[in-house]
Parts: sequence; C-alpha cells; structure tokens
Amino acid sequence: MSLPQLPPVIVGAGPAGLACAATLVEAGLRPILLDEARRPGGQGTRRLSPAMMPFAEQFLGRAYANKTATREALEDRLLTRCDWRPGTLAWGIFEDRLEVVQDGRHDSIRFDQLLVAVGATDRLMALPGWTLPGVFTLGGAQVALKQHSAFIGQRVVMAGSSPLLYLAAAQYARMGLRDLIVVDTSKSADKRRAAIGMVLSAPGTFAEGLLLLAELRRRGVRRIEGAELLRVNGTNRVEAIEIRHADGRVEALSCDAVALGHGLRPETQLAELAGAKLKFDPILRNWFPETDEDGRAGDRLWLAGDSAMTGGRIAAAESGRLAALSMLAARGMTVPADAAKLRRRVERLRVFQQRMASAFRWPSHLAAELPDETIVCRCERVHAGTIREAVRKQAGPVEVNRVKAITRCGMGRCQGRFCGQTLQELTASTSGMPVETVGRLRAQAPVRPIPIEAAMEGDGL
Amino acid sequence: MTRSSSFDAIIIGGGLFGCFTGLFLARSGKRVAVLERGYVGAQSSGANFGGLRLQGRSLSQYPLSLAAQHHWETFEELSGESCEYDRNGMVYFAHTDAGRERLLGYAENSRRCGLEIALWEGEALRRNLPWLAPSALIASFSPRCAVANPRTATPAVARAMIGAGGALLQNCDVTQVDHKDGLFTVAGTGCEPITAPVLINAAGGWAGQLAKQFGEEVPLFSAGPPQFVTEPLPYVLQPSVYAIEGDMILRQTTRGNFIFAGYPRTLSNADGRHTFVPPHKTLNGMRAVATHIPALRHAEVMRVWSGVEGYLPDMLPIVGAGQTTPGLFHAFGGSGGGFQIAPAVGECLAHLISGDTPPVDLAPYAITRFASAIEASEKLTREFDRV
Repeated sequence: MSLPQLPPVIVGAGPAGLACAATLVEAGLRPILLDEARRPGGQGTRRLSPAMMPFAEQFLGRAYANKTATREALEDRLLTRCDWRPGTLAWGIFEDRLEVVQDGRHDSIRFDQLLVAVGATDRLMALPGWTLPGVFTLGGAQVALKQHSAFIGQRVVMAGSSPLLYLAAAQYARMGLRDLIVVDTSKSADKRRAAIGMVLSAPGTFAEGLLLLAELRRRGVRRIEGAELLRVNGTNRVEAIEIRHADGRVEALSCDAVALGHGLRPETQLAELAGAKLKFDPILRNWFPETDEDGRAGDRLWLAGDSAMTGGRIAAAESGRLAALSMLAARGMTVPADAAKLRRRVERLRVFQQRMASAFRWPSHLAAELPDETIVCRCERVHAGTIREAVRKQAGPVEVNRVKAITRCGMGRCQGRFCGQTLQELTASTSGMPVETVGRLRAQAPVRPIPIEAAMEGDGL
Repeated sequence: MTRSSSFDAIIIGGGLFGCFTGLFLARSGKRVAVLERGYVGAQSSGANFGGLRLQGRSLSQYPLSLAAQHHWETFEELSGESCEYDRNGMVYFAHTDAGRERLLGYAENSRRCGLEIALWEGEALRRNLPWLAPSALIASFSPRCAVANPRTATPAVARAMIGAGGALLQNCDVTQVDHKDGLFTVAGTGCEPITAPVLINAAGGWAGQLAKQFGEEVPLFSAGPPQFVTEPLPYVLQPSVYAIEGDMILRQTTRGNFIFAGYPRTLSNADGRHTFVPPHKTLNGMRAVATHIPALRHAEVMRVWSGVEGYLPDMLPIVGAGQTTPGLFHAFGGSGGGFQIAPAVGECLAHLISGDTPPVDLAPYAITRFASAIEASEKLTREFDRV
C-alpha cells in the first residue's frame, strides 16, 4: 500500500476527535473534521448554549468554567486550521468513501485515513412505562440543559445504574432545580468492592466522583440507593416512578420527568460499516470494536474515544492523540510525543471504567423479569411478550438479527440503539443461551435516517 | 445407523424452495429432513422485496406462477399462519418509449395467460395514479398481484412442515455429501450424519457447489438488489409500483413504511454470504423515488439491505431431477423471482419425487438446458452491473 496522500478524515468533534485533529495539525496536516452538531464538544463536553453562558460558573464551578473557556478558545483556534464541517451527518462507509449529508445535501468524501470517534450514548433497559412522554436518557437530560437551557421537568427523578446519575443530578441542582431525586439501582456492596480498584487505577477520577456525592448531599438532593425500578406510571405522560427499596418497601415517587441510564453504550455502527470486527467484553457485557493498542482497526481505519472503548473524557482525548500518532507513522511522519506513556494512561483510565462498570452494574437480570406487555422497541412498538413468543416458537430464532427480522424489534428509526441492549438480554434469557452467543444487531446504513431529497442535490457520483 | 437418522428425503437449504418442498413431501407421508446452515428463510427467501408479482413474467413461467399464486392466496389454510398476504395489486409504469413498448408486450402476455390487466394512458393515468410524475407515459394494473412478508413466510412454512412430521435441523452447516448404493449420506457441523435415498439441492446461492459435486456444473452466480425502507408514513399507496425500466420498485406496507428495490443488482461478496449495498445505489434509488413520486421527497430512508440470491443467465430457476445421480433433485436459482413461485416449486418437486406427474410441466426449468449454450435473458444485461 502506498503512503496515504489524502487529508485524514475525522468523524466526531468530541474530545477524541479534537485531540486527534490537534496532533495532526501540529504535524502540519489539515484534517477534515466533521460533526453532526453545529459546534464542537461532543456529548460530555457539549458546549453551553448562548442562553446558558451567563450561568457557566454556576453550572460548571468557577475553576472548571475557566478551564473550559480556555479549552474552547483553543478548540476554536484549532478549527480554523482544520477543514471543519459542522452539521454534517456521516451515514455510511463503503470501501474508501465516507457518505455524508451536510446541510441537507449529500456528499461523498474519499479517504485513506479515517478516525471514527462518535462517542457513546446511555445504555437502556426497557421498563414498563418507559415510552411515556417525559422519560429521557441521562444524556438527554444533560442536552436539554446545556443546549436548550431547559430542565426536562420541574419534579425530576434520575434513575439507573450509572455514574452519570450523579453528574447530571449535580448539574440540575446547580441550576436551581429543587425537586430532584436520585435513584441509584446499583448495590452498595458492589461499589465498595470496586472502590479499591478504582482508587488504584485513577485516584483523580475517583475523587471527582466523591466530590459530586458530597455536593449532592450539601445541596439536599434525596438519594436512594440499592432500589429497583418497577415502572413509570402515568396516563398521557409521566406522573410517577414506582420503585422497590432495598428493604422491600414499594414507593411511588411523584414526578413529571424521569431520566434513565445504565452506563454507556458505544456507537459502533460506522466502525462496523468501515470493516471493524466486534468482540464481546465479558466485564462490560457488551460488544466493542477490535483495535490495536493505538486504536487502529484496519488499513484505513482508526477508532478512539468512547465509541472504541468506554473510558471517559480524558481517556477519549488521549486515545485520539494516540490514533493521530499512529496515523502519522503510517504516513511516514512522526511528531515528538511519548506514545508509550499515552498508551499506559489510556489503558489505566479504561481499566478504571471497567471497575466502575462492576460498581454500576448493567442490570441484565431485569430482562427476564420484564412483564410481557412492556414495549421493548419504541420505534416499532414491539412488546417483550412478542419477542419471547418468537424465540420460543418452533423453528424460532435464537440470534438477535433473526429475532429482529421476525418481530421488527430494532427495525425502526433508531436502528436498535435504544432497544438493542434489552433485545440481546431478552433473547438470551428466553432461550437460555449466554448473551454473547445470541449476537448483536448488525449495523446497516444509513446509521441515521437521511431525507430522500438529499440525493437530489448531490453530484460527484 | 439408527432409524431416527434415516429419512425418505433430505433437503439441503431451509429457504422457501426447500421448506415448501419439505412441506409437500411431509404431507404426502414422506419422512423428510431440512438442513439449514443458519436459520430458515434468512437469505433471499427472507430478504427479498416480498412481491407476489404475476405481471412481467416470461410466457413459459406463467403456469408455475399461477399455480403458486393460488397457494399464496390460501397460505393460511396451507400453513396455519399468516404471512401478511395482501392482494394489493400491482402497477407497471413506463417513462421511456422503449419501456412503453415493453409494458404493452408484458400486458399482452399477461392477458394471454388469463390475467386481468387494465391499461391507463393520458387522463386515465392521471386520474388513477395522480401521485405519479408527469413523465410517466403509460401504466398497466394487475389486481391479482399481491405482496407478503418474506421475513415471516419461510418460518411459517417450516413450522407447517414440522407439524406434518418433517424434521428441521437449523445451524447445520453441511460439509460432506456422499452417494453410495443408492443412499445419500449428509454430514455437517452441528448435526449428526443422516441418510436418505433422495437428496434435494435447495441451497440457494450455494447450490452450485453441490450440483458441481455431482457433475452438474451450472452458471449460477449470487447477487442482490439494493433495497431500502423509509420511516412509517400515513398509509396512502395500496398497489406495488414498478417502473418497467427497473430504476424503481416501490410499495408501502399497511403499517406505513415505503419499501424500495431497484436495479441494477450488485454481485455478492467473494465470501458468498453477503451482498453489500454500495451507497451510490441507495442514492440512485432515492433519486428515482423523488423523480417518479415527488411527494416522497421529504420521506427519510432509515435502513438499507440486500440479500444473497442465486441467479442463472436465463433468469429462470432450476427445478427438477438431476441427470447424473438417481435420487438427486434440484430447486435453486430463483433469479430474483423465486419468492413468488416457491409454493409451486415445492408442490411440483414433491410430485416428481413421489413418482407422480407434477401439476405443472417442469421442462423449462430442467438443469439439462445448461448442457448446451443457452440464451441469456434480455433482463440479464438490464438488471446487473456486470456478469
């Protein structure tokens, strides 16, 4: 293979994509950087809307607000040295072309080096009533606040098994929401067991978590630990979430909005379309793309950040830098940087995430307990009972793509992003097979819906 | 060899051809086993457009097609399950002069074979199909054409076969087929060896290898059409709509999604297990939809797919007895039209295997036609990138 000549292409301007771009720019390249959003930042470090800017210190804390302002100014400068394409949706990859829709118009970008760094979203387990208006993901609750300067409700319950619970709750509390309850469904014993490993792998990140807990206590946010989520109640929208406390007591927490999440789920569709192989991670109990230690996943393909392996913001940035170094080496270029040190750091932070995952455990056991009438796939309105019936039927499938074909679960607009995890567990629990053998939903283009007329204005085909 | 592992007939391939053959054989009292590498109906039987199209078939194919349509029309009685059969009717329209000629030819063929066909031009065309772009010149409508859900049809037939006493072995990848003393022995990973005096090769895109093993090489190749589906929209379009030029085949499911397929088809990957849809074909399809049915410009495409289908150069399947080995039968190479004819393929083959005269003459589908040079279908050049 001859040396790459085209500008490197980076999908996703979150911490990983931006760090990769910075390293490439430093080496004298002008990468193409694109993001679905109008502004850089990604999800965890999503920029505040103009309406939120006057409250930046209140929202982020003074020290972090200053740091953020400095970082964003650097990012803005970086963007001027990239071929920056905001508002660009990458919907497919075929051979050496990235297919995008930018401002409603189709375009096709040829590449010989591609970094996919499209992040992660909340991992969801279906719950009776979870499709009622007023139910959000934890990430969605953060977007509402950061981008739309709005709370998801006036009486909010944040629930699940996720470290994001505490961050999202602290952000809502800082902006003045009084009526806020955190229901942490993870077991305190699990957290105690995982704590030592977490302290050892990333003491700084662990300390941040403790500070958040202390802050929530100080702000008087009610926190319920070790409870189980039973259902979301409401006629036309959320009116309460019913939980079972660790001592067995059932309580309906009155609220007008609920935010749910059970850790993170990597966005792997683009990587898969680009040819990455996925492997099952038994600790995180989920599928991740295979890469080398620098994030390389193919001749022309690199992966970084949470879409490669859950690791958080700092690991994302460092993995973006590592990928950039590997891309440069493949071009016969180098920049002075200590790749070995970066590798150790990324590894350490990802180990931290793995330990955190054993504290905030993915509640796989809940799939077996889901009432039959629970909607699993909200796009296509497929119920748990329908999926069970399909799996149990004679000549029925015990592989999730076949379950999808027969029940339509995962066939809709979201392409299984929201239901895929429940579907895997439900297929496994119904068939009695281990979850890794029932497979995962295969990626199919377009990874997001694209308007038919986008093709009309395109050329260069 | 225990009794449980010997059968009257072994069918390799759990697609619609294999399962229907198994069903009709089982109903006639034969002990049959269907061996499927993955899951029943997962390849072209499950990934096709779902069209039960009668218009536009070659004259020689009508007897088989019409016999099959009767089974689709009574599918629930036949299998005991629904496959979402919907007699929605089908429209061919032409937007070129060459297309107009072909459409008129097709209409004449259809009528000659007893199909009711309405031809619409000018004001009648606008009145009946007001959503079609003005570039449309003529349309023919066949009310007996229908659609079914390909994803659920094959499992339903497989279950009916099991209900009739047949055996289904899924996840059984056949690795070895031997023939000795009038008995076939089939072995594979994931299943114990089984024997039968009759073997039916219904292995779809992979049937060529098996035929070759028995000295019957055929020019089978694998390909798939680019397909996509839009988000669900209000249900407004009842008939399936085919541009006779092949650039757009479209239908709306009653739940609202528009399903698109179109030519040219794409050859399958070298591994023979997948057909990727190159993005430019999706974009061409989107352009065709926006051009022919402008009201759909704002609809959103949410998923593309294809399948691995077996094609033969004359675009006709191979159905019938093998010529080299007694007891060997073939049913493969649906060439993009296999879904509709599958019930009749199974029924005819079951008759043939039982020593009866099939209800439809299978001569046009004989494997022997490849012994000498055959004429490639005019469809072949039109419907593929390159062969």
